[in-house]
Amino acid sequence: MNAAVAPELPATTLDAAKVAQLAQLTEGLTPAELYWVAAWSAAKAAQAQRAGASARPAVGAEPSQRLTIVYGSQTGNAKRLAEQLARRSSDAGLPVRLLRADAYPQRELAQERYLAVVISTQGEGEPPDDARGFVEFIAGKRAPKLPSLQFGVLGLGDSSYPQFCAIGRQLDARLAELGGTRFASLGEADVDIETIATPWLDTALERAREGLKTATPVARVTPLHAVSKQAAHSREQPFAATVLANQRIVARDSERDVRHIELSLEGSGLHYQPGDALGVWPRNPPALVAQWLEALQLDGEREVAHQGRTLSLARWLGAEREITQLSRPFVKTLAELGKHADLLDLLRPEQSARLAALLTRDQPIDLLRRYPVRWQPEALLAALRPLTPRLYSIASSPKAVGEEVHLTVAVVDYEAHGSAHWGAASTFLAAADEDGRVPVFIESNERFRLPADPARDIIMIGPGTGVAPFRAFVQERQESGATGRNWLFFGNRHFAQDFLYQTEWQDALKRGALHRLDLAFSRDDVRDVARESALSKSPHTDVRDVARESALSKSPHTDVRDVARESHKIYVQDRLRENGAELYAWLEGGAHLYVCGDSAHMAKDVHAALIELAAAHGGLSPDDAKAWLDDLLQQGRYARDVY
Amino acid sequence: MTTPLSDFEHVKAASRFLRGGIAEGLADPVTGAIGEDDGKLLKFHGSYQQDDRDLRDERRRQKLEPAYSFMLRARLPGGVVTPAQWLVFDCIAREHANGTLRITTRQTFQWHGIIKRKLKPTIAAIHHALATTIAACGDVVRNVVSTANPVESPAHAITYAWAAKLSEDLAPKTRAYHEIWLDGEQLVGQHAADRPEAEPLYGATYLPRKFKIGLAIPPLNDVDVFAQDLGLIAIIEQGELQGFNVAVGGGMGATHNDATTYPRLADVIGFVTPGQLYAVAETAVAVQRDWGNRSERKHARLKYTLDHRGLDAFVAELQSRLGFALQPPRPFRFDHNGDRYGWIEGHDGRWHLTLHIESGRLADVGERRALTGLRELALVHTGDFRLTCNQNLIVANVEAADRARIDAIVEAHGLDGYRRQSAIRRHAVACVALPTCGLAMAESERYLPALLPKLEAALERHGLADAPILLRLSGCPNGCSRPYLGEIALVGRGPGRYDLRLGADFSGQRLNQVYRENVDEAAILEALDPLFARYAAGRTQGEGFGDFLLRTGILAPVSPRRIPATVVA
Repeated sequence: MNAAVAPELPATTLDAAKVAQLAQLTEGLTPAELYWVAAWSAAKAAQAQRAGASARPAVGAEPSQRLTIVYGSQTGNAKRLAEQLARRSSDAGLPVRLLRADAYPQRELAQERYLAVVISTQGEGEPPDDARGFVEFIAGKRAPKLPSLQFGVLGLGDSSYPQFCAIGRQLDARLAELGGTRFASLGEADVDIETIATPWLDTALERAREGLKTATPVARVTPLHAVSKQAAHSREQPFAATVLANQRIVARDSERDVRHIELSLEGSGLHYQPGDALGVWPRNPPALVAQWLEALQLDGEREVAHQGRTLSLARWLGAEREITQLSRPFVKTLAELGKHADLLDLLRPEQSARLAALLTRDQPIDLLRRYPVRWQPEALLAALRPLTPRLYSIASSPKAVGEEVHLTVAVVDYEAHGSAHWGAASTFLAAADEDGRVPVFIESNERFRLPADPARDIIMIGPGTGVAPFRAFVQERQESGATGRNWLFFGNRHFAQDFLYQTEWQDALKRGALHRLDLAFSRDDVRDVARESALSKSPHTDVRDVARESALSKSPHTDVRDVARESHKIYVQDRLRENGAELYAWLEGGAHLYVCGDSAHMAKDVHAALIELAAAHGGLSPDDAKAWLDDLLQQGRYARDVY
Repeated sequence: MTTPLSDFEHVKAASRFLRGGIAEGLADPVTGAIGEDDGKLLKFHGSYQQDDRDLRDERRRQKLEPAYSFMLRARLPGGVVTPAQWLVFDCIAREHANGTLRITTRQTFQWHGIIKRKLKPTIAAIHHALATTIAACGDVVRNVVSTANPVESPAHAITYAWAAKLSEDLAPKTRAYHEIWLDGEQLVGQHAADRPEAEPLYGATYLPRKFKIGLAIPPLNDVDVFAQDLGLIAIIEQGELQGFNVAVGGGMGATHNDATTYPRLADVIGFVTPGQLYAVAETAVAVQRDWGNRSERKHARLKYTLDHRGLDAFVAELQSRLGFALQPPRPFRFDHNGDRYGWIEGHDGRWHLTLHIESGRLADVGERRALTGLRELALVHTGDFRLTCNQNLIVANVEAADRARIDAIVEAHGLDGYRRQSAIRRHAVACVALPTCGLAMAESERYLPALLPKLEAALERHGLADAPILLRLSGCPNGCSRPYLGEIALVGRGPGRYDLRLGADFSGQRLNQVYRENVDEAAILEALDPLFARYAAGRTQGEGFGDFLLRTGILAPVSPRRIPATVVA
């Protein structure tokens, strides 16, 4: 689906005059226009090929002569790395094709000679949604023997989960079992992806070049969506976007802070579609850097050389290193430096669950305080991952907002272990003044797209800030005059405080841009249950008893209310079940279903609810209901943007 | 009538006896509000949709709708509340509302800040406490008020019984209330479900505007009987209730800069026996139903009907429909329109304790834990409670032996302010205004605590600390706090700005007049200071501040305004 382009011209049978003509025709075209010309030529060539085998040009690459790169990506990192490999391979003159896993033609696997797979592992050992079929096929009985395959797998994961890189490991083992030979050994990249990925890509490229060096260099151009991504700005060269608005969109008494951020993309050449994410390069909170320097007893002004650069320590910590998220390597270094027995114990494989809990619960500052060690600045920097950008699902459609991009940001800001804690990017964005600048890039997400057919219905499930892309979807469908119906499920804690974009949804309902809106406010309905009890007694009950009881029930020893609270929270998945019949009917009518938000609980609960309602309303067995949902995933009618 | 009906007349007509789309609006989870027309219909059910105006602009920027909530008002004829009811009302205040109970100037309770989905369970809880909210607001006969302080206990009891009867019998008969709020449930049968629905008195469009009835027992005019559409003055001779003088056409509401609107005191038109009372009240309501202005709501009160059609024409129509003539009014005399604080012994040896409640707001704030104190009282009290039209509270019918216990609770919760507060503080009345009231143009209840010390200081300087001066604050000209009967009154014009009105008497029988228009606090204090000085120097024994201003010519008497015939169709 995506582009892989060779900028160096291969040998051609065209005569000099034709080449000159082409040069004249294409003079002054922008890169995007030139890519379009290339795509147009490629389409012509494909037509000619289909017209007759005799017209097949000599430049067609045989499977044996090309590197196939397949990626499975949930948040876009695997895709980005795969694209990087494709670009570098092309630049090196290798014939290459780049495919998203669900676009990979499975019957071609047997003929494949050079295969690179870049794939992430989700949550508890799940493949990304776009790679489920691919992973199943390779694991399954129908997978062909692959005696002549050279392959390499780069797995992506998060070592704080027990099933770290499980999918990458599984594919690597299975391809070998099928007879393949590794041209690069399995790479297991942690959250600091580049640390492992960069050397792995270097090796993979080198080996592929060696293996394919006899082949004729050929360009294979399949540019579709990706053309616009070849903008001047990228992950590595972000655009400094001006902050147009930074507005809190929860009420003053909300337990959380959520911001609506509007950024200008004017002059950036960046383009996006609803469903895409915006990458943000944050700076760490200055107050956190100060906490670190205090805990480390180190001077922030001190110049420190690391990886060929010399910066002040404060600068390293503020702008270059990940200091809000714990990693295993950091814990390991800390444990070894301080010879802390309990930390060392935690690093044993049997303790992986406890380590994972620690890595999610605590921030590095907590460990720095808990396990004081005399750190050398250089050792500290080596133990820390490079700062990575954060991705936010875009909350606007360019059709509605022009050269702007809007985000919905939950500000991570909490007290723990007696001190303030912050999230890096959300704190950075929340502190951004209007007219301030934020380094950004577009991370496209082809798996999270509105249906090409504007008459299709869509169902959007986006509790919390998961609602962001659906604001973009509804804007887009409104602006483009799509005729399909739009159904949104939104949930949060409190109706009065946390109904994100409430007035916009109300307007959309009035205008007919949104057709249904179902809501779940988890902390509201609970309270009803607890409170009704005191007042809804029968008229014959002595009210004085009720009043006494009511006063008593405030005592800390009575936790009847807490019990009621636990058992009566209402979430979006409950609303899905309540509307099961209709929801199923929409899906059977071809509706596309989207889920965005928390992956740890919500996405799983929603997934389970969908299976349940298919069983209940489609008369399917549990297995068939599962298969039905998997099929929706395969068809791309059930897309998830979860994190 | 050639002039078209006002929009709301059409809404009422189409409402199917006050149903409208209220039930659907309550069920809509996307908004904390209900539709605009339904909001108006909701008043008949006893509730106003409001929003926290302090937060309005902030929430607009947060892409959140206004912080909607509902004010719910009970209908408590004569302001009588049993301890059992009190405990339920207290529970509602704490659990469904904003943690306060508000005593209104119509002798009932208001709860503020009830969110939409709590409205139904709250109304149901009130119903289960054998009270109701229907007709607490709306174009109907509102809560019927009656003198709260039982001076002549037997006559008081009979007068209260009349208030209760009028309130109950003149209430709307629609089944919509039970249908919407009580799932059709009936606790005390009044409307059998199989009878066809009808409003024999009101008809499908109810009254043109609200209709207020009050009963006063001289010499106390605590209900401000001349501010009522229908004021009834009990005539008691030798301890026996003889009947009532009838006064019609009182009303406080006005609109700034509109001379066709004005406050008006009721005219006494005759005397009726107790046996005639109900027919007179019902017929007066019926004439206003038929004659009232249904094109222009701000001219729809009975006072404008009278001034437009003529008082004589109204009385003639009333007597013609009744089939009998009213007797000439009997003599009466009112001493004052305030409350009598402290303990008073009734004729039967039972005691009544009147407590001052600032602005009628029962809340727990710091040391002053009025809400909790009253709950404690309700748990032990064997008599009842009376709310007054001056926003105060009477712990009524206390056995002599229980007085000490009541006093202890009162003192422990800071409710004994009546013992030492300045006179002006004890005679102050303020409407709710900001942040909840949608009509407010300026602060009222929230401003009173800031204003009072300044007035107290000025009065103190002039040796007037003990002068009982009626102070009334209103956030707008509509007059919930009956500001036009204040000896000193501030009527809100805009943030921090008021009309300063002076010159009412001390018994609710003379309206005040504008002394300074649209001024701020500094100008108000500056205007009052020299007047206090002259009052201190020149007042006669027991002379009220308002009376003094007129006697000495500082204020000239003003003739009552009347609506020009041209503005009423």
